[in-house]
Amino acid sequence: MQATIEKKIRNLFKRNFKGETSELRTGLVSQYAFERKDAIERTIHAMTLGKDVSMLFPDILKNLATHDLDQKKLVYLYLMNYAKTHPELVILAVNTFVQDSEDPNPLIRALAIRTMGCIRVDKMIDFLPGPLEKTLSDESPYVRKTAAIAVAKLFDLDQQLAIDLHFVEKLQTLLDDSNPMVIANAVNALEEIQRRAPETNAFKVTKTVLDKLLAALNECTEWGRISILTAFSEYETTDASEAEHICERVVPQFQHANPSVVLMAIRVVITHLQTLPLEQRETLQRKMSSPLVTLLATPPELQYVALRNIRLILQKFPGILNREIKVFYTKYNDPLYLKLEKIEIMVNLVSKENAKQVVTELKEYCVEVDVVFVRHAIKALGQVAIQVPESSELVVDTLLDLLDHHVAYVAQEVVVVMRNILRKYPVFEDAIPRLCDAIDEIDEPESRAALVWILGEYADRIPPVKSLISPFVKSFLEESTNVQLQLLTACVKLYTKKPDEGKELLHEILQQATQKSDNADIRDRAYIYWRLLSSDAELSKSVALAHRPTIASTIDRIPQPLLDELLRNLSTLSSVYYKSPENSTNKSNANKSGNANKSNTLGDADDVQRRAHEEQRKMAHEDEIFRDDNLLDFDSGNAGDGADDLAQSSNILSEIFVTNDKQSGTTSQDILSLFTPVTMPPVESTTNNLNTNTDSSFNLNMNSNTNLKEDTPTSAEKQPFDDLLDF
Amino acid sequence: MLNAQRVHFLVMSAVFFLDKKGKPLLSRNYRGDVPMSAVETFPVLLMEAEDETSVVPPCFTKDGINYIYLSHNDLYILALSRNNTNVMETLLFLHRLVEVLTGYLKELAEESIRDNFVVVYELLDEVMDYGFPQTTETRILKEYITQKNRIFQLISATGIKPPGIGASPKPPVAVTNAVSWRSEGIKYSKNEAFLDVIESVNMLCSPSGQVLKSEILGRVAMKSYLSGMPELRLGLNDRVIFDHVSNTGAASPAPLGNKKPIEMEDVKFHQCVRLSRFESDRTISFIPPDGEFELMSYRLNTNVKPLIWVDCKINKHENSRIEIVARLRAQFKPRSTANDVQIIIPVPEDADSPKIKLAGAVFSKAKWKPELSAIVWKMKHLGGGKELVLQAELGLPAVSGDENQAKRPIQVKFSIPYFTTSGIQVRYLKIVESKLLYQSWPWVRYITQSGDYAIRVNT
Repeated sequence: MQATIEKKIRNLFKRNFKGETSELRTGLVSQYAFERKDAIERTIHAMTLGKDVSMLFPDILKNLATHDLDQKKLVYLYLMNYAKTHPELVILAVNTFVQDSEDPNPLIRALAIRTMGCIRVDKMIDFLPGPLEKTLSDESPYVRKTAAIAVAKLFDLDQQLAIDLHFVEKLQTLLDDSNPMVIANAVNALEEIQRRAPETNAFKVTKTVLDKLLAALNECTEWGRISILTAFSEYETTDASEAEHICERVVPQFQHANPSVVLMAIRVVITHLQTLPLEQRETLQRKMSSPLVTLLATPPELQYVALRNIRLILQKFPGILNREIKVFYTKYNDPLYLKLEKIEIMVNLVSKENAKQVVTELKEYCVEVDVVFVRHAIKALGQVAIQVPESSELVVDTLLDLLDHHVAYVAQEVVVVMRNILRKYPVFEDAIPRLCDAIDEIDEPESRAALVWILGEYADRIPPVKSLISPFVKSFLEESTNVQLQLLTACVKLYTKKPDEGKELLHEILQQATQKSDNADIRDRAYIYWRLLSSDAELSKSVALAHRPTIASTIDRIPQPLLDELLRNLSTLSSVYYKSPENSTNKSNANKSGNANKSNTLGDADDVQRRAHEEQRKMAHEDEIFRDDNLLDFDSGNAGDGADDLAQSSNILSEIFVTNDKQSGTTSQDILSLFTPVTMPPVESTTNNLNTNTDSSFNLNMNSNTNLKEDTPTSAEKQPFDDLLDF
Repeated sequence: MLNAQRVHFLVMSAVFFLDKKGKPLLSRNYRGDVPMSAVETFPVLLMEAEDETSVVPPCFTKDGINYIYLSHNDLYILALSRNNTNVMETLLFLHRLVEVLTGYLKELAEESIRDNFVVVYELLDEVMDYGFPQTTETRILKEYITQKNRIFQLISATGIKPPGIGASPKPPVAVTNAVSWRSEGIKYSKNEAFLDVIESVNMLCSPSGQVLKSEILGRVAMKSYLSGMPELRLGLNDRVIFDHVSNTGAASPAPLGNKKPIEMEDVKFHQCVRLSRFESDRTISFIPPDGEFELMSYRLNTNVKPLIWVDCKINKHENSRIEIVARLRAQFKPRSTANDVQIIIPVPEDADSPKIKLAGAVFSKAKWKPELSAIVWKMKHLGGGKELVLQAELGLPAVSGDENQAKRPIQVKFSIPYFTTSGIQVRYLKIVESKLLYQSWPWVRYITQSGDYAIRVNT
């Protein structure tokens, strides 16, 4: 029913548009040049507005042969847009294209070859090689630089043809060109071919090529420099003198006004740094700091990329911005995404010397109005306290002062932060009563869990602990899983410490957990505690009150192999998302077993392309309903992806686990070792924490993969590291 | 060997101009490898992201398609891509695209795009090919992409054919030259070059007057009206030390005299400056573009004491009134004068009925601007060493509304001519055109301005 109405309405508009179409058609075949040109402009205008003017194709074609450059450009533009829908008619245009590619005016020659490459129709491909060959050795560098890119276009359209006709070799000779822009575009094209088909070995940076590119670097436009620097950053050498030579030539680019050139130059230097002797390494690191800071004098979007990258660089070279912490103070009119990044970096840079300064600054932020910003600032205060023991007292005072404002979200965050601080510095137990005063304001699961943990841990120091815990026990079944698990542990601790006060509560909670809970984890934990408590009091005590490893840091760290990979990809999306390039953008790529599996990634990239081509095909045949169709297509694609994503995320997760174990040596392995004398399976609170945390990060990964959260580098994706380090 | 494992392209696939609702106005598909309908999801994704959190970064990815965007006036400028795009380059390109189009259309906005779609298409074709940025020098583009089109359209309406149509332009040699920013054969009857040394002072102060952060962002802007292909060399005073950016990292030579050295934290040059030459012997040599451009920019971390200090006491009587006493002190030398000074003192949004008194300030004016929720205190000139006082009282509503108002600092705006905070000076600007050998006149001006200049207030 609805569809028919829709169709009727569409037809109504169509009829109106019919009138316009015939008017345009008349104009396009008018005997007066200015009328024809006017009609062409109006056709393009209609096209811009999204109207389908493909039916005018034959009439437009008649205007192809013209000496008016502007008009030619418009006609070419039209052809690029609608060639797919009229592949059979494109043949009529071919002659003009070939002619134009021999025009005396280099602008027209370049325009012809550029446009031919963009008309992705089989018929055109057959005619492309001839003109392409000629233009590649054109006398005008403007034409040659355009032809260089056209080779990449041809390669995309028909790989075999391009190889058979030796276009790759011809492109390689352009690296010898006298003109820097031609060289830069040849590099662009060759890099692309190399990526697309590594077996062609299209872009082999040899010693000679390297020297040529180094020479061209200083002559190039800013964009050409980026291309060449990209090539350098992917060039692998183990020869220290060669690496030194590259760095020497690239370092002057730090002074370029274009921030993208600067960042790429930094990437090149970082890539080749490890090959250099220690002394030079330090000099180069020092030299990076100023350009990095200057990247913050750019528009906010660019600053964001810079800040995300600076965080990576800081993890690798922690010392290089020590003096510069002030530049990361937020401005009151910074967009929020910048403010949060700046806070992260401030925390990364905090030291004994500047801790006081940083705390004062963060304190300012805590009384701002933006909730997200304030919570981040509070969290950062906690991180500073953990990082710099000397600052902990000041931080705790600051946090407790914040509670006086009686703002719920502040209290929630303060409690979570205080839990970490108390774990590291039990001396601050005096603060506990003030936290308990805020108990009514705290309703978020994480904060409640934190508070419950504090209550359990300090059960013997808080006189009214029973009355504080019992409301939680009463509402046990309504609490979220995380809080329930903490409650169980807390009650066991209370019982172990103060058997008289804890007995009743423990009994109640065990009963509720074992009988009324639907959650297997909760029931299991309750049963295990129960049995433990009834069998061996000493043992249960040693389990419940076991010593935990101290927190060294609560700052997010990226595992070393991933970090190195991200540093090699500075300035790209993966370095902003903090994800390996193999899976940063390709969601549907399930099988990421080996990164040598290039056919897989390729196939995946092709998926987007397939969708693009499908779209064009559909536009050609069923311009009416393609939208709905496409939407359906997307949906089904998504549903399929979901399952794969799960597998993938678990893969990632296990990877992180493995690396983490190797790296820090203080993780699960250590915790397990605590229990070696105990024959029972490890069920103490920290270990359970580990379990629940893995669960939660699983969930996060699952959810986020299917929605946008994954892609915006906010909370979700940092979470796994967060949780893993936060036992 | 290139690392063969990484199969990802770094370039963008399509560029869109969208109106503020996210509806496409004009687009260019460069590679045909992303579905153009993906743009329809952009406003949805943007909205979803905004619902989710208030943090929406300038790039996100959905279904294997990357959306990288910025907003300008009432427009979104969006690049679509796939794979691991060089996002810094992409965003910068979009910014440059905005600059180029602004150079052509005066103002880049929804309306100007609609009215000039032909030239926008032409430019899109020229600035990028197959996703690779090509040239974004407005000056050079203007030589071969003209707006003759528009003129032609006007004339075609009248039916008269103008002369000269059909004589197609050629690509300027400069597009592909090593000197891609300057065309040959430029001629001026009087050869002049103007240098403006402009320093912006960024400052953040605590209410008690402690400088939390201060930096000087300087730039040397140049207007060159010189014939031929002139070789220029810029000399700065000896106090300027580029040590932090030097190659050797060795200790600097002792500065001359008793003056303290000016240590440049970082220097950036326009692409015309020979960077390798600067790296080796600190010479700033270049062939300038024609007309206006920014030759260099620099950054100094020197601790500057506030040039203009405002001590502000705010006394808030909840639900009744707010009293403000602001004392302004010009802490620069008496022989300098600050122009167009503006002090913007924030007041609560619901404040009203202002009473403002000024003391010792003959030439100053102060006004309550409800639209800014601030008192704006202005003076055309402010001599060094002067002190002024402003007293204000505003009423507050008896019933207070939303407690949480954003905490805004006092903002200070000013400019001081003939003065650089850092002490940097241009010693010489040598102009040599080896073929034409003309006489030329370099001119230099100095000015210090307020950048991000904020003083926090206690409330």
